[in-house]
Amino acid sequence: MSIAEEIRPTTDALLKTDAPKKPTNMGQILRWMLLFLGGVAMVMPIAYMISTSLKWPHEVYNLKLIPDEPHIENYTYVLEDGRFYWWFVNSMIIAVITTVCNVIFDSLVGYTLCKFRFPGRYIIFIAILSTLMIPTEMLVIPWYLMSQQFGWLDTYWGIMFPGLMTAFGTFLMKQFFETVPDDFIEAARIDGLNELQIWWTVAMPLVKPALAALAIFVFLGNWTAFIWPLIVTNSVEMYTLPVGLSSFGDEADVAWELIMTGAAISTIPTLIVFLIFQRYIIQGVVMAGLKG
Amino acid sequence: MYRNLTIRQKQIVWAWAFLAIPILFYGVIRFYPTGNAILISFQEWNLLGDRTWTGFDNYHKLFADPVFWKVFKNTFVYLLLGTPISLVISFVIAYHLDKTRFMHGFLRMLYFLPFMTSAVAMAWVWRWFYQPVPVGLFNNALASIGIPQFPFLQSTTWALPSVLAPAVWAGLGFQVIIFMAGLRAIPRSYYEAARIDGVSSWTVLWEITLPLLKPTIVFIVVFSSIGFLRIFDHVFNMTTNNPGGPLNSTKPLVLMIYETAFSAFDMGYAAAQTVVLFLVLLVVSLIQLRILRDS
Repeated sequence: MSIAEEIRPTTDALLKTDAPKKPTNMGQILRWMLLFLGGVAMVMPIAYMISTSLKWPHEVYNLKLIPDEPHIENYTYVLEDGRFYWWFVNSMIIAVITTVCNVIFDSLVGYTLCKFRFPGRYIIFIAILSTLMIPTEMLVIPWYLMSQQFGWLDTYWGIMFPGLMTAFGTFLMKQFFETVPDDFIEAARIDGLNELQIWWTVAMPLVKPALAALAIFVFLGNWTAFIWPLIVTNSVEMYTLPVGLSSFGDEADVAWELIMTGAAISTIPTLIVFLIFQRYIIQGVVMAGLKG
Repeated sequence: MYRNLTIRQKQIVWAWAFLAIPILFYGVIRFYPTGNAILISFQEWNLLGDRTWTGFDNYHKLFADPVFWKVFKNTFVYLLLGTPISLVISFVIAYHLDKTRFMHGFLRMLYFLPFMTSAVAMAWVWRWFYQPVPVGLFNNALASIGIPQFPFLQSTTWALPSVLAPAVWAGLGFQVIIFMAGLRAIPRSYYEAARIDGVSSWTVLWEITLPLLKPTIVFIVVFSSIGFLRIFDHVFNMTTNNPGGPLNSTKPLVLMIYETAFSAFDMGYAAAQTVVLFLVLLVVSLIQLRILRDS
């Protein structure tokens, strides 16, 4: 049985929201209260980050979560100077292009390894899978030397090239293409579609949930990526948000409310993505988890 | 010519056409650099001068370096504190969340939200929390109830756990979701049989739930261990004024690699450290799989 079929009941059970039953006995009420308090504690750092980004300097150091006079001056100040605006745009461009690339190539490779019979198939699958064992940190030095040699330092391509395909994504997509019946593909062949058309118009629409999960993970991973962009960029205009925030925070005279504003700018987009695509994201986490 | 091929031959042509670019990618961006990193680890090279072959000198130097052993120890302290703590907390949350139906989705969202944040952004938020009075939130809170200040990031003893806390915090939501999926996958009939036999819920937990969750536990242990052994973003951003400080007390292996390669430009020495990191990850994962699968 493929992983996709295997996890479907689990994911459905996980996402199923039963009719809200109110806790009935004391034990359940206590459990609910403790879980609620724990959950509130979990989001406190995010809440304080956003609250502080809306505060005036004189109230930054008090413990109040709701600012006395909330305002967005910090955002206009931080964005006005242009740097955060650029970093945001850089991060967005890099995360979007990398995501599109992964969705296309990981699924193409996953599809080929799953649905085609050809000599060398198993070896290529094992070779790609084996790259999961190699930590990124081992590759950054050779990547840096390569980038230096070919003039990729401090360019979008330089930031993006290591992540354009991932073994994880390929494996995930291969598992999902197992759920596409071979009969569909045969039927499309008889209808005279070529293999590229079959992949794109027949197989891809059938694995949309997996594509969505992959896209979200790749986007999040690249949006928050730090060590490689830190190494490969050196001019301020080429920084991504994490690298920019790190250098911004490190400037001696920066006020904490402005750092919190920068942190909020780099966190809010992913929080919005989560609130919109919660279902796909939780499903994606479960897929990733049961793969192991 | 293509027309004359059999269906099977056509498939082979298409397969290799689809794989051409990815094979090139994996070869040039994954396999070649892996070999290159191992090769450089046997050389002496500062980026400007010549590359000279030095055999195992980098490794000898590394094993004789007291800073390396300090860093090696720190890396394992991150692992040995982070993995069990996050495993226990996330299991307790998942176990109870699984039994809660009222506003279940909302509670789950609260626990999962930190996973969606950026490590760098949150490292700066926590760094602010840890500042001494009158700046830091934690010390201000302590001061307001009359407790003396706590030297979170200043103390060589407490800096490492302080840096670790946001890393544990951000990963909890992921582990809670995985645990809940594991709990849901246990057939209801097991619990019903136990209930008919009148077994206490504590016994059910130890005799049914935990043994059946073993695959989930193995996954979480291996996955989170790899994460803690590779910790970098949090450490770097919480100690930018003195990376890995105070007195190297928070420095993990990845930060040592970063500094050796990109501050000291000692590429051969840094490459040797990355090879050691690779071996550490490999050995730790294999040991964990062996122990957890067998027992």
